[in-house]
Amino acid sequence: MQKVNRLQPFFENLAFEREDDTMIINFGPQHPSSHGQLRLILELDGELVTKAVPDIGYLHRGMEKMAENMIYNEFLPTTDRMDYIAATSNNYGFAHAVEKLLDLEIPRRAQTIRMMLLELNRIISHLFWLATHALDVGAMTIFLYAFREREYAMDLMEDYCGARLTHSAVRIGGVPLDLPENWITKLSKFIDKLPSDIADYEGLLDQNRIWKMRLEGVGVITPEMAQNWGCSGPSLRGSGIAWDIRKEEPYELYDEVDFDVPVSTTCDSYGRYKLHMEEMRQSIKIIRQVIAMYYKTEPEIMAHAPQYISAPKEQIMTQNYSLMQHFVLVTQGMRPPVGEVYVATESPKGELGFYINSQGGAYPYRLKLRAPSFWHTSLLQELLPGHYLADVVTIIGNLNIVFGEIDR
Amino acid sequence: MMRKFTQKKNAQKKPYYTDRFWVAPQVPKEEVNSDEIFAKDLEELKSNFDIKDAYIQRGQLVVYIGANENVEVLTFLKHKLEYNFLSELSAIDWLEKSGEFEIFYQLLSTSKRKRVRIKFFIKQNREIRTVSKIYKSADWGEREMYDMFGVIITGHHYMKRILMPEDWYDHPLKKSYPLHGDEEASWYEIDKIFGKEYRDIIGPENRDSSRVDENDTYNFSRIHHEVPFGEKPSSKIVETDYQEDGGVFLVKSLKKADSVTLKERP
Repeated sequence: MQKVNRLQPFFENLAFEREDDTMIINFGPQHPSSHGQLRLILELDGELVTKAVPDIGYLHRGMEKMAENMIYNEFLPTTDRMDYIAATSNNYGFAHAVEKLLDLEIPRRAQTIRMMLLELNRIISHLFWLATHALDVGAMTIFLYAFREREYAMDLMEDYCGARLTHSAVRIGGVPLDLPENWITKLSKFIDKLPSDIADYEGLLDQNRIWKMRLEGVGVITPEMAQNWGCSGPSLRGSGIAWDIRKEEPYELYDEVDFDVPVSTTCDSYGRYKLHMEEMRQSIKIIRQVIAMYYKTEPEIMAHAPQYISAPKEQIMTQNYSLMQHFVLVTQGMRPPVGEVYVATESPKGELGFYINSQGGAYPYRLKLRAPSFWHTSLLQELLPGHYLADVVTIIGNLNIVFGEIDR
Repeated sequence: MMRKFTQKKNAQKKPYYTDRFWVAPQVPKEEVNSDEIFAKDLEELKSNFDIKDAYIQRGQLVVYIGANENVEVLTFLKHKLEYNFLSELSAIDWLEKSGEFEIFYQLLSTSKRKRVRIKFFIKQNREIRTVSKIYKSADWGEREMYDMFGVIITGHHYMKRILMPEDWYDHPLKKSYPLHGDEEASWYEIDKIFGKEYRDIIGPENRDSSRVDENDTYNFSRIHHEVPFGEKPSSKIVETDYQEDGGVFLVKSLKKADSVTLKERP
């Protein structure tokens, strides 16, 4: 039956033009160092990259389209699949945007739990970043160590919500559960141990000749470039611009905790590595303060807004109107007011924004996901030319891109 | 038989029930004068451009401008008013209501700590000019907008689809595009690999490469219901010990009584 294979390659894998002596190679989409399904078309002059064209879309699942066909609560687990390394930060970004649209007030206990989870996710994400980045560059040991610590952090996530990767640990209006017994003890144990682990990583890498040679002066993002290309998160702070949304536009209780925003002025990959390390320390500092705040809160974990949020379970089981309202909210979904919001939060990768346009229906009329990695990947076309082929892997790894959120 | 009526311009999911007297509340729009910085910015914008509407919603300034002034307004905002980041841009489909797209640019000023949304409407099939020369981040944002909505952008250096394949039919985020794809989408791989004329030969039942037929024992074995190769499936439970006779080198079979459950990770 199959006579002719009509599947023509879009692009020749290898084109060697004799006239100008440049070689075009196809990097990815199935390359272990491409951190997902990144396809890069590189034009090489010898080993020097002269042109880079990133090609994305291999993991496109149409989340924005799905969102238009789902009630708000239904969409929340889908956000797990964006940045699957730190799923809670996506859940939170979405929940926070909807809460802003509804103008809800979140109970303090839920806020402290959310902050602990968010910072724990930041640590998980940064450990994963360090592990895979170091593995790409050739440091196998770091990969094993960092993954071990990440495993402890994921155990904590599992203890809280039952899932290791796709957490859905945040709900619109609060959190689903209070912290389990002994969770804080385990968390304290973890964050007490982590600083010495970070010191170990730094001991292995900071003065490591190979690591320094491969990172120093590689992937220099100037402040102008960073602003022009819409960089955010560590990539922006790595260019010397102290902009952290937690600090500048505080959400939850970030205005009550004391933490620093580390900045690197070297603008290169090594500076961003130091920055990630420092950010983990700051996360530990935040968690320590939040633990103390947690004990001073009332045990209320969901916002009180009967129009939008179901009542607590005891109330649903005992009171007729709460049950009816719960039934309507589950089957039809909440109907937020007509309006639009763009809410940005500081995810481990950068500015994670949710633009929601509601027309008063149960389904969002338009939902745009602003994923930091998408904009960082577009930067590659300006960042890569002038680097050697081996540095391409360093830069991709260093930018901390995740394809779940690039292609959405 | 009459074909079932489907809404063509908006194929998205509808709630199964809406109260007849339901009036949706509004997210309040505040006066721009209520914020000092925004009031000043708007004043400057108004003296240079034709501003159709402006208000503050949830702490962010929303400004409606003319569709042909997008480049000038954004240049002004970047160089004169210090809005140094273009965080996001995209379109909203209003084709069903008015035959228009609403385009928005989400800007951020790190020095003022303010966010502004610039918006305008364009008719379908009307072109807009690129802003990727002002903010390079618009490069991919505009490509995505074209890919998803078919908004035509002029002056862009590489105006190609970004997420969907190059030869994809239609633009998937339009409200007229169904969630599960259209006819073209379902045949995309067949058309591509074999050619359109093979649609009839292959048929709709075979076009999905990931389809699993539960009665197919030729390609799939059913765990605990294994049958000899090629035979019909049976509901009889087969007790199979997967360990080979005499054991496998270095592999011990599990003895549940000997196993220990750890309380904590060592």
